[in-house]
Amino acid sequence: MSQTYFTEDHEWIKVENGVATVGITDYAQEQLGDLVFVELPESGATLSKGDTAVVVESVKAASDVYAPADGEVAEVNDALTGDPALVNSAPTGDGWLWKMKLTDESQLEGLMDEAAYKASIA
Amino acid sequence: MSDTKPQKHLPLEALHEDANARFGTFAGWRMPLTYPAGVMKEHLHTRESAGLFDISHMQLFEVEGAGAADFLSRACPLDAAALKPGQSKYTVLLNENAGIIDDLIVTRLGESRFMVVANAGNANKDEAHFRAIATAFKVSLTPLERVLVALQGPEAEAAMIAAGLDLSDLTFMTGTEPRAGWFAARSGYTGEDGFEIALPLDEAERFVRTLLDDERVQWVGLAARDSLRLEAGLCLHGQDLDEDTDPASAAILWAVPKALRAEGKFIGAQALQEIIADGASEKRVGLKPEGRQPVRAGAPLINEAGEMVGRVTSGGFGPSAGHPVAMGYVAKSLSEPGTRLYTEVRGNRIALDVHPLPFTPQRYKKG
Repeated sequence: MSQTYFTEDHEWIKVENGVATVGITDYAQEQLGDLVFVELPESGATLSKGDTAVVVESVKAASDVYAPADGEVAEVNDALTGDPALVNSAPTGDGWLWKMKLTDESQLEGLMDEAAYKASIA
Repeated sequence: MSDTKPQKHLPLEALHEDANARFGTFAGWRMPLTYPAGVMKEHLHTRESAGLFDISHMQLFEVEGAGAADFLSRACPLDAAALKPGQSKYTVLLNENAGIIDDLIVTRLGESRFMVVANAGNANKDEAHFRAIATAFKVSLTPLERVLVALQGPEAEAAMIAAGLDLSDLTFMTGTEPRAGWFAARSGYTGEDGFEIALPLDEAERFVRTLLDDERVQWVGLAARDSLRLEAGLCLHGQDLDEDTDPASAAILWAVPKALRAEGKFIGAQALQEIIADGASEKRVGLKPEGRQPVRAGAPLINEAGEMVGRVTSGGFGPSAGHPVAMGYVAKSLSEPGTRLYTEVRGNRIALDVHPLPFTPQRYKKG
């Protein structure tokens, strides 16, 4: 049983067995353009909802990716160090950014489901 | 240059809309930043084939009259009278302190007629500056309404011929008027061979459509224009050059003929002489950051001890170079290639080495 939530800042967060995987949406990667560098958090880092967790850099500019909920970083996607373009080619798949243990799953209730997110960017 | 002014629109905006460009504001203009291919592919396409850039935001001025050469030699550190017909020259407009008001390309078209191409953001300031100087000369200055496009890359010449415009006689930094109201120069701002063509509004759409029908030709936006010019080691006025930098510090003294450095009558000559005599205290250099993290304009440059020794003025990722690239100003003593410097990005210290410019080999057709 898993569910994917979306933020107004174009992150997605997919929760499976209490562990959340976070990435940016296809819409976001398209807006950002070709990514050349992804600065990932440290495993074990504590994030509060709204913190800058990741910085993604395109040829032209750097953009922040925010933590969609409170939690502790459980794992980061090391494949992005060698191949940041994975975020462009598979933003909701191999291009995920980090996994986190949520400390307050109720925070997810305020986020959008896929239908609401799609409506928000239409 | 304020973004609060009404946006200016490119005459060929509809063509960019048709190509699904993503737009942004630059120097008050609504400009195509990227097309669906994306900045990386657009950049590489320019180096491999032919990239088409709409640079109509830049301003052309026709300078004409018996005093045209003298006027230009007063306004710029330039011996305009020594230019051969058809010869183009990169030059600058200086203030009295030798600060760079703008960088320009001047082309001699006839005995007493020149074409000046100025940067978008500075066009109004340049015109006012030119007009103030022009009162002392027999010269007219006419801003031209033209569509200006650049076709850049190894296939540019062949694509231009296929589109019915054979400019193969031109070599790098020469220009001509191939048709009434048209101006073409073998120049550009990517480090590649290529052309800049100014043409009347009512003929532009057809010509551009003909170019785009060629599969070698593809629109390239402002984002890739920036990464291309940075790899080519070329300055962007407002970033790498401004009124507080002089040609010696900016490492573009090559643009000032030697004879003029000592006895030029151009505005800013005395200040430039003094700077050259004393030695510029800082110098523009290329910078190669270690690793993959791009270092952007505005980042401080520091030495091992953490002391400020310069600043980054342009920076990003070089798609052809395959690594981050940057330019900036450093103390003269630190300007030798290989010198190790540092910067900080979001609290992380990143090492950079002073790197020779350009980052990618120039492929101009020098004839």
